[in-house]
Amino acid sequence: MKVRVKFAKEGAMKFIGHLDIMRYFQKAVRRADIGAAFSEGFSPHMIMSFAAPLGVGITSSGEYFDMELTQSRSSEELVSRLNAQMAEGMRVLSVRKVPDGKASKAMSLVAAADYTVAFREGKEPRGCWQDRVDEFLSQDQILVWRKTKRSEGETDIRPWIYELKAVKDGLSMRLSAGSVHNLKPELVAEAFYKYVGEEPQPFAWQVHRGEIYADLGDENERKLVTLESLGENIE
Amino acid sequence: MRKLALSDEILLSIESPARYIGGEVNSVMKDPAEVDIRFAMCFPDVYEIGMSYMGIQILYDMFNRREDVWCERVYSPWTDLDKIMREQKIPLFALESQDPLKEFDFLGITLQYEMCYTNILQVLELGQIPLLASERTDEHPLVIGGGPCSYNPEPIADFFDLFYMGEGETVYDELFDLYKEYKKAGRSREEFLRRAASVPGIYVPSMYEPSYNEDGTLAAFTPRYSDVPAQVEKQVVMDLDHVTYPKAPVVPFIKATQDRVVLEIMRGCIRGCRFCQAGMIYRPTRQKDVESMKEYARAMLENTGYEEISLSSLSSSDYEQLPELVNYLIELCGEKKVNISLPSLRIDAFSLDVMGKVQDVKKSSLTFAPEAGSQRMRDVINKGLTEEVILEGAGKAFEGGWNKVKLYFMLGLPTETEEDIKGIAWLSQKIAERYYEIPKSERVGKCQITASTSFFVPKPFTPFQWASMNTEEEFLEKAKIVKQEVRAQINQKSIKYNYHEADVSVLEGLLARGDRRVAKTILEAYRNGALFDAWSETFKMDAWKKAIESAGTDLNFYVHRERSLDELFPWDFIKIGVTKDFLKREWENAKQGKVTPNCREKCSGCGAAKFGGGVCYEG
Repeated sequence: MKVRVKFAKEGAMKFIGHLDIMRYFQKAVRRADIGAAFSEGFSPHMIMSFAAPLGVGITSSGEYFDMELTQSRSSEELVSRLNAQMAEGMRVLSVRKVPDGKASKAMSLVAAADYTVAFREGKEPRGCWQDRVDEFLSQDQILVWRKTKRSEGETDIRPWIYELKAVKDGLSMRLSAGSVHNLKPELVAEAFYKYVGEEPQPFAWQVHRGEIYADLGDENERKLVTLESLGENIE
Repeated sequence: MRKLALSDEILLSIESPARYIGGEVNSVMKDPAEVDIRFAMCFPDVYEIGMSYMGIQILYDMFNRREDVWCERVYSPWTDLDKIMREQKIPLFALESQDPLKEFDFLGITLQYEMCYTNILQVLELGQIPLLASERTDEHPLVIGGGPCSYNPEPIADFFDLFYMGEGETVYDELFDLYKEYKKAGRSREEFLRRAASVPGIYVPSMYEPSYNEDGTLAAFTPRYSDVPAQVEKQVVMDLDHVTYPKAPVVPFIKATQDRVVLEIMRGCIRGCRFCQAGMIYRPTRQKDVESMKEYARAMLENTGYEEISLSSLSSSDYEQLPELVNYLIELCGEKKVNISLPSLRIDAFSLDVMGKVQDVKKSSLTFAPEAGSQRMRDVINKGLTEEVILEGAGKAFEGGWNKVKLYFMLGLPTETEEDIKGIAWLSQKIAERYYEIPKSERVGKCQITASTSFFVPKPFTPFQWASMNTEEEFLEKAKIVKQEVRAQINQKSIKYNYHEADVSVLEGLLARGDRRVAKTILEAYRNGALFDAWSETFKMDAWKKAIESAGTDLNFYVHRERSLDELFPWDFIKIGVTKDFLKREWENAKQGKVTPNCREKCSGCGAAKFGGGVCYEG
């Protein structure tokens, strides 16, 4: 049975990198004794796949990984067994059954994600920056200098910003994510600072990822649903 | 949630912030208001190294079982954070509470190798604790050392208030109770230390006074007060079956060097290799009960979630229940999908069978530690491994599909000749030849033999404690001879040769057999920027050279000269059970190339029988 685990990563856990989080969960799942499935061979490893890596320093309340189980238990029991093994800052939010097969793999489903970029005190843009978010977003193009593994140059990030609004102490946004167009929230925040005529100071914000979505729509219209909603509760 | 000592800005601008945040699975949190003693346990090296060391986990578990003690951990901040902490005057803190070390009652520092000595000074300085014990007051933590290097505590004696000689499980309770009593009564640091000096195994350097002869050798080492014992007795646990061992060790978030469950199966070694300090100071050999080992293996895997388990001891092949334990582990690990990382075993039918079961033969390699290239030299060091045994083991392994062999040797051993040195290349060649005796159709490509040499460093409490150590130039010359001789072999393409740095080895020699006067050199080297000396990327020989010069330290006196049999050593006041007479006999035997049987073959009367157990009373 394939299940999807949703978890939160907060507090000091934000300093643990993606590879170490994977190792952390492999151990936690072993301690929880929930019958994980393993690969064959001399060094068997747990069959586990994470939806989208989260950068060091970023907190989240919507992280996902899929794993294969050989035993059957209710969602409620799986959540409580896993939570009994969590370190401070880590919390399992749900465990749901998802269809087998490559097409339904968490990683390949990722289409968008929600973020909040909270400005640290004293480092927020000056003036009434809240009032300028809408006009920032209403531009036809938002050009940023972007460096990827393959190329470097100016690109338009506007198409990959699905939503953007001012919240109490920062920006809340829904951005394209996944393997095709993965837009980092820091890039949007930087572009916004520049738009209001400022250069962000180092460590100007704390980024939080709120949720990850799959797109069930077609070329004409997006239909974003949370990765969690694609699974069903196990009674 | 816990508040961290370092800001986000700092943590996000340094390498591996996870080293400094604590909060790991199985780490222990307590309310500081509810405990009487706060103990910070330090391994003076980077987190990944320190977290791999089981000794701290044993004491951490044991101390925290006491309701009145909260034991936390601290490691050396890496150079990036070191710089920031100095600039911003951030006091070094313990991982669990994130509270500054200077607020603790005890700072315990484990001494696993000499080249961490400057790191001790870093921990003290960043901790805002005076470097010299003599400058500390009632406001400061008591700094206590332990571990193998405390068997010659003298070079670092000035930096410590106390040392604990031997295995931690025995008198820490007594020491804590005493501390509580003195703390409650409001008595001074000085009063406590004076009283602690009488606790068996506790050495308080400030209670002793060394005096020196004109030639620089030690004349006497005397207690300052009549109630302070002249000798300090090493502590050993004689009932290993009822001693605490952590069933739920702390599991780091980041990959430690030893990223696995470590099961300790035995203490001590029956072999008696004459260069080996561990083989003498941990006597007598004591084995743990196999049934409880099985229980621990299961519990530790369940409580940590580790993907791998390994066994820990000296010479694991001498653990009599090894086949039973390993067969049990193979079954357990098969069921739990856990890997077994085997310790280095004597190569025989049993170990090859087991290795074939738990490793991928194509990827794994065989390890031999002949330590010396010729049989004559191996007899001198009492390494009971013969060429015949090595070739037979290698042959069996090659037939079983292995084609990689690692060989460990030492250069600079006492009485070494050019023949002995070249013997390293010759033995490697013979092993290669043995491989090519296998019909070509049954071989899997070429064989790969890796011969590595380290430079011999004489250590206290070994039969070689009197020996002369080579100079850097002599070492490098010897390494060159090996290199050339390897190149001259027919199968040289199958032999790779590596050697350890020579300059660090000489320093290790200085720190290993130094006396109290060497502290000045260590302090100077630290002031000159020496730190993380065990890491080749950070080791600064210049800082040490300058320190040796300015402190006027004579390397010939401490490192290169052969000591006379009647010399009083700085570490002689410590009683390890093994007598100086025995070590002398062994030094004589070494010079004559006479082999001494191992403890199971025949008792050689080393003195460790006085502890009343272990191998001395087997059968």
